[in-house]
Amino acid sequence: MNPEELQRIAAEELQAKSAAKHRIGVCTASGCLSCGSREVLKAIEQEAAARPEANLRIEGVGCMGLCSRGPLVMVQSGPVPAENSGAGAETAFLFKELTPADAPALVAYLEQQKSDPPTVAAGSTASSLAAKRCDLSAPFFRRQVKVVLEQFENIDPERIESYLAAGGYRALLDCLHHRRPVEIIDEITRSGLRGRGGGGYPVGLKWSTVAKAGAFVPQAGRSSRQSAGATAADRPDGPRKYVICNADEGDPGAFMDRSVLECAPHRVLEGMAIAAYAVGADFGYLYVRAEYPLAVERLRKAIVQAEKRGLLGRNIGGSAFNFQVEIRLGAGAFVCGEETALLASIEGRRGQPRPRPPYPAEHGLWGCPTLINNVETLANVAAIINRGADWFAALGTEKSKGTKVFALAGKIKNTGLIEVPMGISIHEIVHEMGSGEVGGIKAVQTGGPSGGCIPAEHFHLPVDYESLQAEGSIMGSGGMIIMDEGAAMVDVARFFMEFCVEESCGKCAPCRVGTTQVLLLLEKIGRGEGTAADLGQLEELCHLLQQTSLCGLGQSAANPVLSTLRFFRREYEQLLVDNTGKSNETDGSQSPQQGPQEVKK
Amino acid sequence: MPSAPRPVTNTAADKRWRPVEAAMRRNGYRAGGLIEALHAVQRAYGYIDEAAMRAIGAALQLPLSKIYGVVTFYHFFHLKPKGRHTCVVCLGTACYIKGADRLLQTISREQQVSPGETTADGRLSLLTARCVGACGQAPAVVIDDQVVGQAEESAIHRQLAGLNSAGPGSDEEQP
Repeated sequence: MNPEELQRIAAEELQAKSAAKHRIGVCTASGCLSCGSREVLKAIEQEAAARPEANLRIEGVGCMGLCSRGPLVMVQSGPVPAENSGAGAETAFLFKELTPADAPALVAYLEQQKSDPPTVAAGSTASSLAAKRCDLSAPFFRRQVKVVLEQFENIDPERIESYLAAGGYRALLDCLHHRRPVEIIDEITRSGLRGRGGGGYPVGLKWSTVAKAGAFVPQAGRSSRQSAGATAADRPDGPRKYVICNADEGDPGAFMDRSVLECAPHRVLEGMAIAAYAVGADFGYLYVRAEYPLAVERLRKAIVQAEKRGLLGRNIGGSAFNFQVEIRLGAGAFVCGEETALLASIEGRRGQPRPRPPYPAEHGLWGCPTLINNVETLANVAAIINRGADWFAALGTEKSKGTKVFALAGKIKNTGLIEVPMGISIHEIVHEMGSGEVGGIKAVQTGGPSGGCIPAEHFHLPVDYESLQAEGSIMGSGGMIIMDEGAAMVDVARFFMEFCVEESCGKCAPCRVGTTQVLLLLEKIGRGEGTAADLGQLEELCHLLQQTSLCGLGQSAANPVLSTLRFFRREYEQLLVDNTGKSNETDGSQSPQQGPQEVKK
Repeated sequence: MPSAPRPVTNTAADKRWRPVEAAMRRNGYRAGGLIEALHAVQRAYGYIDEAAMRAIGAALQLPLSKIYGVVTFYHFFHLKPKGRHTCVVCLGTACYIKGADRLLQTISREQQVSPGETTADGRLSLLTARCVGACGQAPAVVIDDQVVGQAEESAIHRQLAGLNSAGPGSDEEQP
């Protein structure tokens, strides 16, 4: 496909969209599917088929964020907004918690061609609809700045034409035809984009390291029987580089990557292809969790579509650039999110990390230079190319540029996905966007088992890599679990440590043995049998774990314990017994771990 | 390969083995295709038995010990057949905060099966997951691959009681 063809297909798609009087988008990401959006979509389609004069266009679209209120349905009227304009359609209503029974009322209402939203007074059928209308001017929607999640409400994840109409693959063709790899890397470097998987490593720097590395001859596989029609097997034995998309989103409580893969698989593929062109790779792997079947299915579909359109494979967009992508399924190992463990897993081995250096950028998959980026990082790439590094760098803070997608979950009203500029305060996210009750919320946990708990007193903190780290937590991949007064922090720490014990790969002793010992101590304290000496030992072990573990899993496993010790030490101390076996503060008759505990720092 | 007496997965005659063979072929019978092959076995048979591991070992020229090491390393692979239906309770952080552990306990009590096990009649396997990524709908339960969000005890019980012995998974009867 050349740029002209792309434009033609995009224009046709836009025209078809604009021809309809109203466009109805039903969320088909797993969140809404789990509360029945497929049935809602079917019901609306049936109803619309019965009333062709209503002139509706109905499609399944991507996630609209407010997952706790699904199934969500967006109705837009008027011309389709220009891509990248940031503006919404002329009129847009979002309906929540729709059921198939609402379909007749919705279609009948739209048939009347009113451009104003249904009101409670508008009649009996419309009134139930009116009650289900979301207020799009609420902070949850208004505060968002969308780059990664942009146009999700307009993109049908299963059709490449829909992505093309939203400006998709334009950045890739622009790169292939008008920019040299070094210029692309320069653009990414100037944008200040940092790795969104949690580490925050500058992306431009990583790309240029891989670009500069000489391509190595891959090691021959153990057995290399001749095979016909193979894909990976007919890999040339010449020098090679790889691009890997890390979609092994294993943090419990995080679902940003799942959503991006399910809703805009092409955006990730486009990012991978641009990265590959920039660093000189011609083969890519998408390492996805097997627990995300819908994401895998849509990615497979997207790869086939892109290959058919000549946007992946040989001579992409009529250029000399070749890039092939394959999916590799993870198999339920959290540690495989660590890049060297991920490489081992793609090579067909147990997912155990190895010491770095050498870094994968120089010595990666089968010994070849390999670029590994997270899903959200790659999803930012096309937007940066399209709109320029300066635009991106203007978003966010001094050191953390751009936006970040967060998954809000736990004890707040509005759970779901949000994308906000870096530097926004936790307070704004939790209380304003999430509608969390001020006073009822005790802490927010960021970064999953590698992160920490930030107490409500520190909610004024801006969300960026450095600020969160200074508070003993990490930005992580973007999971935010909100905890109310009912959460017992010692138990929360125990929960995460149990996770780390199970997920430790067992290669290095500090992690294998250390996490188990820490868990035993936490359990002992939780049972109300711990002493002050145990608490001291707990802290010492945590520091040991941090300093001596081989990979990120062990190094950060102690973070939940250390951060709860830092901010909620009193909860630990309340559970301690003195040497005579008497409980310090509880009277012994009640189980110390039960019920909310009165805690003030 | 030593031929020990075992419940044989006759790979040559078994139609279900074809996708496994295809997965290995696609990866040029390289060791790198091991995990792909194991996924194919589990998709076709529901679990991975010793015979399958031996057959893959022969095809990829890998020792059984290495294959067993990989299979047991990854949580996703099962060595035992699953029940005709599965109920996966998510124990991710968001679900945990919203009481998934209590939900698991009651399901376990009502269905008389411990987590990780299958009922005596092979009807239901009760499993747990570290996170199914449905945190916005916590607590989440996955029944026969369908995610049930904001799971309430009573609704889950009704649904589990409604699972008859046939249904999804019945074509996964083991040889």
